[in-house]
Amino acid sequence: MYSRLVPALRGATPTPLRTVAAALSALPFALCTAFATAATEKGQLEDLFFGAAMFEAYQENYFDAIVGLDTELNQYRRLDEPELDPFTAHFGQAEFSVGDLELSYRMHREAGRAIEAVLKGNVPRPVRNEAAYRLAKIHYHKQQPRNALHALEMIEGRVPERVRADEQFLRARVYMELGRFEEAVELLRDLKGEASLDGFVEYNLGIAQLKAGQEERGLLELTALGKQRSSDAAKQALYDKTNLLLGSYLMETDQLGLARPYFDRVNLEGPFSNRALLGAGWVEAKAGRYDRALVPWKLLQERKSTNSSVQEAMLAVPYAYGKLDVHSTAAINYGRALDAFGNEIDTLTASIKSIREGNFLEALRRKEATQVKNWVVALRKLPDAPETHYLLDLMASNDYQEFLRNYRDLNDLFERNEEWLGSLTAYEDIIELRRAYYEPLLPGLDKKFRELDARIKLRIEQRDKFASRIEQMLVTRRPEYLAKAEEQQLRLQLRRLHLLMSQNPGGFTRETRQRLARLEGVLSWRLSTEYDQRLTEAYKHLQELNEEIEQLQTVYQAYVRSRQAATHSYTGYNDTITRLRAQIQNTQGRLEALMARQGNMLETLAINELDRRRAQLESYQIKARFALADSYDRANELQEQRVDQMKIEQHRANQPEPLPQDNPPELEEPSDEGGEQ
Amino acid sequence: MFRILQITILLLLAAVVHAQNVSRDDIRGLDEQIQDVKKDVIDLTAELAQLEEKLLFPSNTQVSIFVSLAEAQPFDLEAVQLKLDNEIVAHHLYTFREIEALQKGGVQRIYTGNVQTGSHPLEVTFVGKSPSGKEVRANASYKVDKAVGPKFVEIKIAGTESAINFKDW
Repeated sequence: MYSRLVPALRGATPTPLRTVAAALSALPFALCTAFATAATEKGQLEDLFFGAAMFEAYQENYFDAIVGLDTELNQYRRLDEPELDPFTAHFGQAEFSVGDLELSYRMHREAGRAIEAVLKGNVPRPVRNEAAYRLAKIHYHKQQPRNALHALEMIEGRVPERVRADEQFLRARVYMELGRFEEAVELLRDLKGEASLDGFVEYNLGIAQLKAGQEERGLLELTALGKQRSSDAAKQALYDKTNLLLGSYLMETDQLGLARPYFDRVNLEGPFSNRALLGAGWVEAKAGRYDRALVPWKLLQERKSTNSSVQEAMLAVPYAYGKLDVHSTAAINYGRALDAFGNEIDTLTASIKSIREGNFLEALRRKEATQVKNWVVALRKLPDAPETHYLLDLMASNDYQEFLRNYRDLNDLFERNEEWLGSLTAYEDIIELRRAYYEPLLPGLDKKFRELDARIKLRIEQRDKFASRIEQMLVTRRPEYLAKAEEQQLRLQLRRLHLLMSQNPGGFTRETRQRLARLEGVLSWRLSTEYDQRLTEAYKHLQELNEEIEQLQTVYQAYVRSRQAATHSYTGYNDTITRLRAQIQNTQGRLEALMARQGNMLETLAINELDRRRAQLESYQIKARFALADSYDRANELQEQRVDQMKIEQHRANQPEPLPQDNPPELEEPSDEGGEQ
Repeated sequence: MFRILQITILLLLAAVVHAQNVSRDDIRGLDEQIQDVKKDVIDLTAELAQLEEKLLFPSNTQVSIFVSLAEAQPFDLEAVQLKLDNEIVAHHLYTFREIEALQKGGVQRIYTGNVQTGSHPLEVTFVGKSPSGKEVRANASYKVDKAVGPKFVEIKIAGTESAINFKDW
């Protein structure tokens, strides 16, 4: 048990510890913090769709959030004058958020590309530094500490305040991965007191100090951390882990007297309690205090029998009884252990069979898998599902979690695409319905449209003519232009009479000529005196004509739009739908193949794990059988010895008391030897 | 016995390492292919979503309504109901995650539909709880003026003040 923890101190990597912590979701190494951080600094929202994408992001609906932000970013990049678009206010944040979301959605390559694009772009130094930090984070999570360090070295000057502590913490962990513990210690020491990293800095500092050869400081640091208590389960788990680590380390280095209190500090209800109880027992056993070792081991023995520490305790308890020469109790306990191991081996065999039959993957594909807390544990309750308690450690590992999430992602994408395929069929139906409705209506509508068009053209022609006359009249006074229809007629009549008179000057009396002149005068007088008023009215009429034309044009535009909307509602989609359908079908094939491969990997790892546990139990079984036989022998031997002893004592008791043969010693003469004594 | 247990544990650890190191190259190759397919599906989905919007909610009739929370409001929104043209078009019950997302500044697109150009009455009702557990509810009305282009209306809820503000985008 403790040998699982000690490599964290001895070896180069603290990964095994991280995996345990990852299972508890305790560490701040989670990838999804950056966009959340950005949100806390939320300013005025300038773009609704950015807010909508972030609504998905904050709910960890990474896929929908990435689709939303990608769409926004692509539209923005296509704009001629993007700086005028309100999305400009969120552009930088959106680019970073996409990178973070891609990282959370396990698209490290895309996230890396997005961030490298920022690094290559002409951006201010703080933005570049933040991008370099995020790139380093990606490399670190991909277990590429050298690349992470290279990215960190691109940082020049200070990084933005909100990621400064995280950047330092990341740098320290990268140094630790690369074996540069002294530098890590320096950085971590500076970070102590950082509220957002409370506990994690101290933990890493303690380990770095131990690995840097500063054993005393490291032990002090970790001890101080382990002494803390918290009602927050995640924090308490970190303290427990620290105590377990220290206890194991001290036991490994034979400092048994010091080790026990660390194991005792581990919370008895926490996830590390089984291992702590086992460790506490071994400390006592190593010191030869088997009676004391029995106290934690017996407590552990009663716990869930699928746990490897509990199974180990089932052997350890009778082992301790054996050491205490209580062989009969040891034999009884070995017997209990054998029964339990037998049952568990049967369960494991059934579980392996269940996984091979595909029940495990089927359970993981269920929707509850992402919604129900502790689904992994809960799925064992499903009919024919495997015993998942055996898989908890495996499932808590980073790799397995990654596979599991990828498998679920693939399944989710597959289901989404299936829905799209259904939707595309529905869209085709809609398009056909629209076509069937609109196409017969269009010829009639087009006829009306042509009539309207002709009317508008006529009105425009009239308006143009009228307008040009008014313009002329504004320059030159032309009363005749404003004559009414009857006045025009009168003018023509008078002109005709003039013509007649000029052709036949003798045929008309003077009086007639004077009368004609008077009539012309009256008409001219009227036109001249009413000119201004008529011009004003004409102008008003022009305005009215303009309004009428405007109204007609509005109707015209509305018609054009409606016609366009009608035709656009069913034309031009077929090719797109055909193309998209083909793309989806192609993607579905790829998704199925990848799901099969990823699923197979999940099953193989799960079966390997169950196989391993079964082999372990089988080996325990063999040992228990031998030990049971040995205990029986010893118990019998002891029993026989006791019987013999009893017989001797009985025999002695049955003998009559012998008469004294010699004098009492006090009556003896003192000898030389006795005198010397 | 103690030694036996230790050897067993070491064997187990070796088995763990073996199990987790199953063909690293395979794992990496598979992971890269999964990343590729994710990228392709994201692009495809974006295109499909645009097609869907164009087909079902053309810009000349599209109206979208969004819900957000006023800043610094420690308020748990429980439900929102929208009535557009006197018909209930949306009734949403909020999950814990959705409430959190709204509180962090996210904006929920609660309804997208089609209306003719012109004025349309919009009625909003919300129910929620203040930090003290007191039930808060309010309603408000608004006129959605739909023109030729798509119409976006934001409903900003200031829960503890029982206030609803509207904004045309």
